[in-house]
Parts: sequence; C-alpha cells; structure tokens
Amino acid sequence: MPSWPAETKYISHATTRVDGAAKVTGKARYSSDIQANGWLYGMILRSKWPAAKITDINLEQALKVPGIKAAVLARSKEFTVRYYGEELAAVAGTSKQACLDALRAIEVTAQPLPFVVNENDAKKADAPRVWENGPNYKEPNARDRGDVTAAFGQCAAVIEGFYSTPVQTHNSMETHGNTASWTDDGVTAWSSTQGISSVRDGLAGSLRLEHSKVRVITEYMGGGFGAKFGAGVEGVLAAKLSREAKAPVRLMLTRFDEALAVGNRPSSFQKIKLGAAADGTLLAFDLENYGTAGIGAGGDAGGGGGGADIPAPYLYKVANTRVKQAAVAVNAGSARAFRAPGNPPASFGIESAMDDLAVKLGMDPVELRLKNDPNPIRQREYKLGVEKFGWKEKYRKPGSSPGVVKTGIGCAGAAWPAGGPSKNTHGEAQINPDGTIEFRLGVQDIGTGTRTVIAVVAAEMLGLKPEQITVKVGDTRFPPGPGSGGSTTCPSISPTVFDICAKALQQLQTQSGIADARGANWFPACKKLGVNSLTVSGQWIEGLSSNPAGGVQFAEVEVDTETGLVTVKKMLGVHDCGLIVNQLTLESQINGGIIMGMGYALYEERVMDDLSGVMLNPNFETYKLPGIADVPEIEIVLINMPERGVIGIGEPATVPTAGAIANAVANAIGVRVGSLPITPAKVLAALGKVPPVTA
Amino acid sequence: MKEPEPEKFGAHSRRTFLKSLGTVAATTATAQVKSVAAELEKVNAEKVIGPEAVPVTLKVNGEKLKLLLEPRVTLLDALRNYSSLTGAKEGCDRASCGACTVLINDAPVYSCQKLAIEAQGVEITTIEGLAKDGKLTKVQSAFIEKDALQCGYCTPGFVMSVTALLKKNFHPTAADVKHACAGNLCRCGCHPHILQAALKAAGVGHAAKTEIVNYA
Repeated sequence: MPSWPAETKYISHATTRVDGAAKVTGKARYSSDIQANGWLYGMILRSKWPAAKITDINLEQALKVPGIKAAVLARSKEFTVRYYGEELAAVAGTSKQACLDALRAIEVTAQPLPFVVNENDAKKADAPRVWENGPNYKEPNARDRGDVTAAFGQCAAVIEGFYSTPVQTHNSMETHGNTASWTDDGVTAWSSTQGISSVRDGLAGSLRLEHSKVRVITEYMGGGFGAKFGAGVEGVLAAKLSREAKAPVRLMLTRFDEALAVGNRPSSFQKIKLGAAADGTLLAFDLENYGTAGIGAGGDAGGGGGGADIPAPYLYKVANTRVKQAAVAVNAGSARAFRAPGNPPASFGIESAMDDLAVKLGMDPVELRLKNDPNPIRQREYKLGVEKFGWKEKYRKPGSSPGVVKTGIGCAGAAWPAGGPSKNTHGEAQINPDGTIEFRLGVQDIGTGTRTVIAVVAAEMLGLKPEQITVKVGDTRFPPGPGSGGSTTCPSISPTVFDICAKALQQLQTQSGIADARGANWFPACKKLGVNSLTVSGQWIEGLSSNPAGGVQFAEVEVDTETGLVTVKKMLGVHDCGLIVNQLTLESQINGGIIMGMGYALYEERVMDDLSGVMLNPNFETYKLPGIADVPEIEIVLINMPERGVIGIGEPATVPTAGAIANAVANAIGVRVGSLPITPAKVLAALGKVPPVTA
Repeated sequence: MKEPEPEKFGAHSRRTFLKSLGTVAATTATAQVKSVAAELEKVNAEKVIGPEAVPVTLKVNGEKLKLLLEPRVTLLDALRNYSSLTGAKEGCDRASCGACTVLINDAPVYSCQKLAIEAQGVEITTIEGLAKDGKLTKVQSAFIEKDALQCGYCTPGFVMSVTALLKKNFHPTAADVKHACAGNLCRCGCHPHILQAALKAAGVGHAAKTEIVNYA
C-alpha cells in the first residue's frame, strides 16, 4: 500500500497559489473574458409569465436589428413555460446594445396560465398544477424505525418545534455562460463550469455531436457552488447561435437571469418532535418536512417527489425514528446541487431542536451532543472547541444576558461522508530533457486551488519547488477527472499526482540509470532523456485518501433587542482535515464556508411574489450577501490526521454555521427564532415586540 | 464610493453642460422665455451625440485607447468588449458588486456605471495597469501571500479598492479597510484574508488565527 511521506517540505505547509499572480493582475482569462476571433455577443429572452402556454415566437423583427447575426428559439414556437425567467429565445449580435434592442423586438404570443409560487399554497389540493400530469405535492409515506409513539411516552423531556429554511441562490460572482464556437471541426466551448466533462457530454447530447467533436475549456471560472455542472440551456443556445451566425458567440447570463434560472437550494419546513431520557439519551425523533425544488420537484415523475429531502436525524443515533418528507413543486426555477445538498437545512433543523431539548432538560448543549453523536472525530472536535472557544466560561442560561444588547453562544455539527475521492481520475505528466515538467489533468479549478494542490503534491514527491511545476487543467483533451463538487477534487487528484510521480521516478531511473531522480538529481536525470520528452500517465490509487467525517462550529453573537439586529462577533470552526495538503487554501475554504453559512443564517432568501409569480430580489441590492463588514473574527482549528490521507473540506465547512448562529441567537434572547434568515423583524417578533412576519 | 469631481470628466459631462446652460440662462434672465428656449436648443444641438457610434478616446493605464462606441456603451463594456482589457469583471452591471472597480484619477469607480464617453480626459487605471514591468504592487503581493482570493473573479475589484485606499491612507485600520471594501462582494468568502492582505500591504501585522491539532 502506498503512503504519504512522513516528513514533508510542502504538503501540510502553506504554499501560495501558483496562479495567484494571474488572478491579481487580471491576466487570468475567465470564461467570460474569452475574445475569440470575430466573436459576437449573445443574450437570452426569458418568460415574463410564471406560467403560460406560448403559442408563437416571432424572431423576424429581431433579425432586422442592425448588428444582429442570429436568432434562435430556446425550444419551439409552442410550449408551456412554468416559471418566470424560463428561456424563450436567444440572439447574437455585434454588441450588447444590439442584442438588447433585438430582445425587445422579439414578438411572443402567449396565454397566461394560473400559477403558484408559495410552498404552502402549492400543497393545497386545489392549487394550480405546476405539471399537468400530477399534483404539486403527494403525501409521503412515513419511514418508521422502532416504536416512536411508545418511545415518546418514555421520554423525560420532549420538544416540538417548527424550523424553516428559505430557498437560497448560489450567486457565484461570475454568472453561468460560455463562449461557443461551432465550426466544421465541431464545437469548442469556453465554459464557466465546475465540470468540463459533464458539459462536454451535455453539449454533445443536446447538439447530437460525437463526444470527440466537442471540446470544453475552462481555464479560470468564477465560482459555481454546485450550480455549474451541466451544459445548461445557455450553453446549448450559444452553440446554436454560433452555428447560425458562423462566428463564436459569448453568451453570459445577466445577474438577473442568474437568480431565476440556474439553480438554488431547496427550502425546508421541518416539524420536529424530539425526546430524550433524563440523562440526555435521545429516545425518539419525528420529522415531517417539505420544501420546494421549484419546477424540479415535479416533472416526469408526475407531481411532487424528490429533490428537497434532508438527511434525518442527521448526526444522531436515535433508536426510534419516524421521517416523512416530500418536495412540493412551485412555478420557480429548478433547484440544483448547492454546497453540501440537504445538509445545511438538516443541520439547522436538528441542531435547533437539540438546543431546545437541552434547555428543557437543563443540560449543557455540548453535553447533549457528546451524549448522542456517535462519531469519535466530532467528539474530539467538540472537546477541542469547548476549550478553545472558552465555552464553559461564556455559557449563560438562555436570555440571561443583561442589557439591551444581549450576547449568546451556540454550536452545531456537520457530516459529509459523501465527500470522498472519485476513483475515475486520470492525469499525465510530460517531462522534458531540460527538466521542465507539465502536469495535465482534465479537472478544473472552481477556486479551491486545484493547480496549487497538484503543484504541491508533485513538488513534494519529486523534490522540486511548486513553482517549478507547470500545471494545466480545464480542458477535455486532458485525461479525464471528476467535476469539482462534493468535496471530491482534492482527494481525487492528490493520489493521482502521487501515482504519476511514482511512475515518473521509476521511468527516469530506468532511462537515466540514476537511482533516485528526486531533488538535486532531477535535472541530471532528465538530461539523460536525450532528445525525447518522457510522458507518464497515472490514475487515482487506493490508500492515500478517504472520506471526511465533518466538523463542528461555535458562534458568539450580539442581538440588539431594540432593533432586532444580530451581529456575529466570533466564529470558531473545528474541522476534520485528514492529511492537510495546503494549509493556506484550506483556511480560505473554511472561511468561505463559514461566511456562506452566515449569509444563510442571517441574510439570504429568495422572495417570491404570490400575486405576480415573480422573484422580487434577483439582484445584490435586495438579495443580501455577507459583506466584509459583516464578517466576524474567524478562528480555525484543523484536526490533522495524516494517516487517513487526503479528504475534502468544501462542503462540511458551510454546513453547521447557520445552526450554530441560530442557537447563539436563541441563547442570547431566550426564545427561538425558528426561521432562517434570522432577520431583525423575526427577532423582534420572537421577542413579542412586533407582530410576526407571515411568509 | 467617492467619485472624482465631475468637472474633470471632459467635454460631455452632465455637470459642465448644465453649468454652461446656467450661464446662458443667467445672462438672458431678463430676456424673453422663448429666447432662453432657443438658446437651450442651440446648446443642445451642439452637445448631443449618438445614437450612432462616435469616436471615444480613453486614457487607460497611461496609454491612449481610441475606440468607436455608441454613447450608451459603459466604460466596463468598452474595456471588456472593445479592448483586450478584461481584468475588470462584470458581476452585476448595476453598481452592487464592485467586480468592475477601476480607478479614475486614483479614486475607485464602478466602471459599469460610467459611460465610456464620460470617462474621456481622465486617468483610468485598471488591474492590468498596476504591476509596472511585471513587478507586482504591495497590494497584489499581499493578496497572494495571504490567499485573499479563491475563484478570483472579485479579486481585481478588491485589489483596486484597497489600492485606492492605500493611496490616500498610509496607515489604515481594520475599520478603514472594511469601509473601503464595503462596495465589493465576494461569494467565495475571502473577506478575512482580504482584510489581512490589505493590512499587510499597509505594513500592519495580523496574528494568525489557525491552529493545527493532532488527533491522537
């Protein structure tokens, strides 16, 4: 079995990004920066009806707009649109301004249909159907384990709570889109994607081209968070426009488009009943949950089903459980994977319930978790966190903080066992006689530092410096690798690079006669290659990576009981890291996960208008992201377990944040705000100072 | 975000137009209203340009950039779509994310909110203009050293905002940095490292907040 070196120079140390300079100088070319020869601007016309039968789309006038070179239909002239923002047609022209004019010139004839955008309304039997062939919601069957009813009877304390989470939108800073160029040789797409291979396959499928005729290039992309795996309607339309116009077309979504049509995290409405014995041992758990994945919750399945479920009872071992959950379809854009799908709402629900139960039991919330969380790594994380955070010194009975501005603390846990390596990861390295070496892997950098991870591992294994390693990623012509999602990239590529390096050293030994080609011997050994470069292929190998257990986080907040404003003062993240590959980029990912979780806890929510069926906040002025002034002091404790090999961190870092903050707020004010985001209005309502907000 | 004085924006700024109008109006205050209207029409006739493309000269990173643009083209689009300067990014096109931040006469400006024709006769600096002869500035180096970026799409905007801050405030506090970056959004959540980088570039130290603990 291979193993990582015990003594390291780069692995587990802090290495700055190998592409840092490109990113701080503007030299890094993102998908939206591509200026292919003779490129045209592309734009999409979207439905202004939340539901309608489209009876005609006339592109003639649009094609007459000066500068317009092509116009195509998104689907056909007659079809049913099911949400405000669904694609109708697209145009390509010599300028953005020409495209804007052309979109206004497209004539659409439609018969508006009844619609429903609110989960609670959509559940009703007489609600307008999002999909004609089935109801929006079908009462799910309960999954029972043990005897829940009897177990609740034996509990010393039982709580019942209602915890809800909103639809969250991804909002990566670079929108979805690409530049597509269709020539006789096939299609080249410079795509803003986290999965070059899945985009390649998607484009080939939609355009009926052979895989070998589609090339996807993603040198730099501006964030995805789960929403950018597929070719997308916008990718297919860009390619079709390119075919029509006989020129490359750059089609990037507007910020407005982005909010409506390219994914979101489903909502959740969790009714939880949780009971424990006097010593805190959980005995019974009952969950009824529904949420919406937009139109994605319906479709061919015939009405509601799938798409919004959460893991339950999540981290805890409970002998008697009953779980009932299903998705409800509404007339809104479909959900997509979003950083640890299902887990942040699951963590928020159960962790809120755990704290409510701890209060009823008169128990310390951390103690209740230690009593019921079977995972040894999280047990260790809680104990470390308690010490580092000063939990025992800071913890006060809920609501007992004096004054108008009350302080409180809370904690919550995360699991992400799904995040492990993708065994189907390949790569190659070309070693030249002058000692230069280039790695090529068909993966992409979503922002986590993929190139740097490859350079760090290669430098370690070859006895070189990271800056001596050239790394090429983001091209379907390279050996295939996984999409950047599910915290899988690092544990997939690190063993792959290990394998390539081991094979390279072996080959170099054979060809050069130098026993150990590492370090000082590298250049002499390469020189002996003569005139031919050496190319080595490798793939993911067993024994160097594993799956993450998760992490725990602690929050300290201040709540102004006169304004309702919540300010996060401090966050502590204690995370399971396996073998740390690069401390610097690891910290960045944990910070990012915590900050995104803060947005989920306090600010972010897709607001739909029941009467018009329109999303009311498809922009950054009204859909609030955390800004630099909102971000508290963040402390990180990394649990180093090199024997487990490389694991991913992207997802677990964002999972427990909202639960920890919500529990800190409840601890501060002595009442539970069970609905995210915890806005000032909801805080004041919970304190009885204003009437409650009705969703 | 403080904008430079509009007076400095060349011949076509709204302010200079209104000013000239004001002078005209004052001198004819006692004359008939009709003659004021006639004057106004004359002034307008001289000033109106477009809707067809017009020649525009921008001074970007010390070099003249001559373009033919419709008057409605923004400075951001002029840079990204009509020249090869794609460093400034489009994140929202409506003054809420800051990815398009450039400097105009050393002050940070959302280039998506300025028409290219309004940006003539001023010094425009984009992210591409910071590193002279390939030598990174202190701000750029600090961003790399502190890993103040992930996907990097918002990075040019943050770098420009911090650069502008350090041009006028040599000893910024954390609060100053937060204020200077209040108009920039980052979805990857790089804010703690951005703060550290800005302070580092200003020569202010920052204690590390990460601890590595062995499991065993």
